[in-house]
Amino acid sequence: MSTYLIGQKTCMNCKTLNPQLPLQPCRCILGEISNMAAHNFLWSLTKNCFTFGLIGLTVSDRYASIVPVRGSSMSPTFNPTTDSFMGSLSDDHVLMEKFCLQKYKFSHGDVIVFCSPSNHKEKHVKRIIGLPGDWIGTPMTNDVVKVPNGHCWVEGDNPSSSLDSRSFGPIPLGLVKGRVTHILWPPQRVRHVERKNHQKRHSPS
Amino acid sequence: MGVRNQLSLFVTFAKEGFEKSLLVGKFFCCLHVVNTYVCTPALAYGPSMLPTINLTGDLVLAERISTRFNKVCPGDVVLVRSPVVPRRIVTKRVIGMEGDRVSYVADPKSSDKFETVVVPQGHVWIEGDNIYESNDSRKFGAVPYGLIEGRVFLR
Repeated sequence: MSTYLIGQKTCMNCKTLNPQLPLQPCRCILGEISNMAAHNFLWSLTKNCFTFGLIGLTVSDRYASIVPVRGSSMSPTFNPTTDSFMGSLSDDHVLMEKFCLQKYKFSHGDVIVFCSPSNHKEKHVKRIIGLPGDWIGTPMTNDVVKVPNGHCWVEGDNPSSSLDSRSFGPIPLGLVKGRVTHILWPPQRVRHVERKNHQKRHSPS
Repeated sequence: MGVRNQLSLFVTFAKEGFEKSLLVGKFFCCLHVVNTYVCTPALAYGPSMLPTINLTGDLVLAERISTRFNKVCPGDVVLVRSPVVPRRIVTKRVIGMEGDRVSYVADPKSSDKFETVVVPQGHVWIEGDNIYESNDSRKFGAVPYGLIEGRVFLR
């Protein structure tokens, strides 16, 4: 940035004669200052956005995040009304916490979010019915299945419209991405998500 | 007047402490984002990937970009979360993708019989390079693609 020598009437920057010098800065300097101020403001805004985004991403990856629940496979716990008119606005948004992933310790009746075993880009929300070592009875095929080590048996609360372990079998616990604890939206349904046990469906060995 | 001075000193300290902790927090977040989305180092050890990976341990770098975009191919060495113990991450080689027909020797120590299996949709077949000492898809079946954590590209 150039300056003007005291006593001279010619600006050193734009080389024009300015009778106002040296009492008032030349207009070219003022223009530069205001340019730089706007530039600085934009730059600091970008930096703040970037920082905030980074922190938000880390928190949502490691601790908790908010996910929308689509579909009615978990009625009446989530999405009790199928309102295709409103679309995604009426979906339940739930709080998913990731602290359970540190030890991979789950209990019967936990609602979890996991990657689908047939398509790793899709995420599903279901309830854990069986943990490793449990025997699950499927009334459809009159089969009794033992949940292998490191896997879990998941089912939706609405068995008539739910694609779950009855179709694709037990899923590895490594696919679990989080545990649902609260419903956060819509406001009239804000509540804690309870554990529910299916006493008739599983019996620990 | 002494109290006011002390208070302003305290405020200065608090501001500086806050800025420093914000810097540390930003560094930690940056580290986490790079670790989760770009690449991650890992220590691989055990006999199942001899001679590619040492028995006593090799530091490998695994990138997470090709797994996110479905670019994992047969022949790649990948880090996979074990389907038997979810807290453990193992290193194995991808032998077959979904839809492939894979022939493998189930128990090379006892017999030479080949078995063939078709890899289901959304799954991959992984095997260790040292099939005599490897606990892999021949024991626990094809693993879902979602369990793949990263593709090893540097040793």
